[in-house]
Amino acid sequence: MKLNEISSRTSEWFGGSGPLADVVVSSRVRLARNLAGFQFLSRCSSPQKTQILEKLKAAVMSLDLGDEVFYIGIDKAAVLDKDVLVERHLISRQHAHAKGPRGVVIANGEFFTAMINEEDHLRMQVFKAGLQLRECWEQISKIDDMIEQKIDYAFHPRYGYLTACPTNVGTGIRVSVMLHLPALRMTGQIEKFFAAAKSMNLAVRGLFGEGTEAVGDFYQLSNQVTLGVSEVEIVDEFTDSTIPKIVEYENLARDQLLVKQPEMLDDKTSRAIGLLKNARLISSQEALFLLSHLRMGVNMKRITGVSIPVINELFMLTQPAHLQLNSGKRLEPAGRDRLRAEIIRSRLNQN
Amino acid sequence: MQCQFCKNNTATIHLTEITDGQRSETHLCELCAQKQGLTVKTQIPLNELLSTLLSVQAQPEPASADDEERACPHCGITLREFRKKSIFGCPDDYDVFEKYIQPIIQYSHEGGSTHCGKVPSKAPGETKKHSELSALRRELQVAVREENYEAAAKLRDKINQLLDTKK
Repeated sequence: MKLNEISSRTSEWFGGSGPLADVVVSSRVRLARNLAGFQFLSRCSSPQKTQILEKLKAAVMSLDLGDEVFYIGIDKAAVLDKDVLVERHLISRQHAHAKGPRGVVIANGEFFTAMINEEDHLRMQVFKAGLQLRECWEQISKIDDMIEQKIDYAFHPRYGYLTACPTNVGTGIRVSVMLHLPALRMTGQIEKFFAAAKSMNLAVRGLFGEGTEAVGDFYQLSNQVTLGVSEVEIVDEFTDSTIPKIVEYENLARDQLLVKQPEMLDDKTSRAIGLLKNARLISSQEALFLLSHLRMGVNMKRITGVSIPVINELFMLTQPAHLQLNSGKRLEPAGRDRLRAEIIRSRLNQN
Repeated sequence: MQCQFCKNNTATIHLTEITDGQRSETHLCELCAQKQGLTVKTQIPLNELLSTLLSVQAQPEPASADDEERACPHCGITLREFRKKSIFGCPDDYDVFEKYIQPIIQYSHEGGSTHCGKVPSKAPGETKKHSELSALRRELQVAVREENYEAAAKLRDKINQLLDTKK
């Protein structure tokens, strides 16, 4: 499997299906683990890192995941390849930019990835479309059990799974849900969402773009507490309480728009499709912004003739590194804007 | 998007002001924003936040200057180094620095101080062997660091023996 074989398609977990898919794009559960008998990475020499890498790579590659897996050595990978992996959420930005022996094992369907030698020796995650955190947890826990048959984890009777940073210690779990919240922002209520997340000690990040800026109204909501609370409790709280509430708020905001400002709503979504179908140059920021409006318009049945999978595909394939890898050449921003507009135009005009 | 002031650089700072219910947006590059006297509030990195927490946290037993410089016998990291980066050097640091780091751990986990949740399936019945193994491994690390290869070889054999009886 080569990277350019997956870079021309949408990840399964971003396909637009699954429970509550109008608002919940995808679910992810990540586990942080370290090997017993080794120091954490900040204290490891390059040969020690290689030893850890080889050990974990062998353990993960030998698992039966019901899908083919492939390995990419991040220390030797081209910049563009690494950027594509980051854009697809298969590795973290930190993993792409770090130094030293490190890599990632990826399942063909992209539902599973295992970063080796990121901040911890092993950080593995399972993705699924829509709200499926329980399914993610069950799957990653089974994979964790299988790996544990082959190696010994650093585990403490009091502190649980030991991690390089004490903010991850205990369960080592990070539960994340990717949310599309355009109506909350449009109705000026997104700050309420931030405040609610903060009061529940949850972290909010943007799904696209660098840093925390949430371009295109996509937000990633994650737990921060990992000690003193079990994995199942965290997953249940998200699944049964936190996420349904946010989905309800977003849907209320959508209803509000429909009742109080239908013209404004239709103006925004119609402008979005008009621009996307006709623009000749489009920046990645503008594309995310307009595609977000379009996605909302389609989900609210104000726009027909475009499917959610097509929109999701455009979100993914028009990211800067994807454009370049798929066109087989390095492109300056102006060239990317032209190609991006061309891809969006031809895809939307097919429908 | 271009900077509204110099019309040259890309605008990376987006300022939204609401005055008397009127919303206005300004888009600036970093340079022009600085000239306008705008300081950019970036997200505080987690480790910085932790370091700050650590420095203000009331500690039942404040670390003395000697404690600050005391190094973990297994990885060599000092408390001072941990405070700087909030990253441990090895799994043993959780025990070595326990009394100093406990308040931070509890703070970042809403008071949580003891693991509850999944336990490695190997752990329960074999806890003893487990800890013996990890003790041997620690000794092995020390022996290797001290270049005491004779002792290291013996330890390695012991470890392998234990691992074999496990199967």
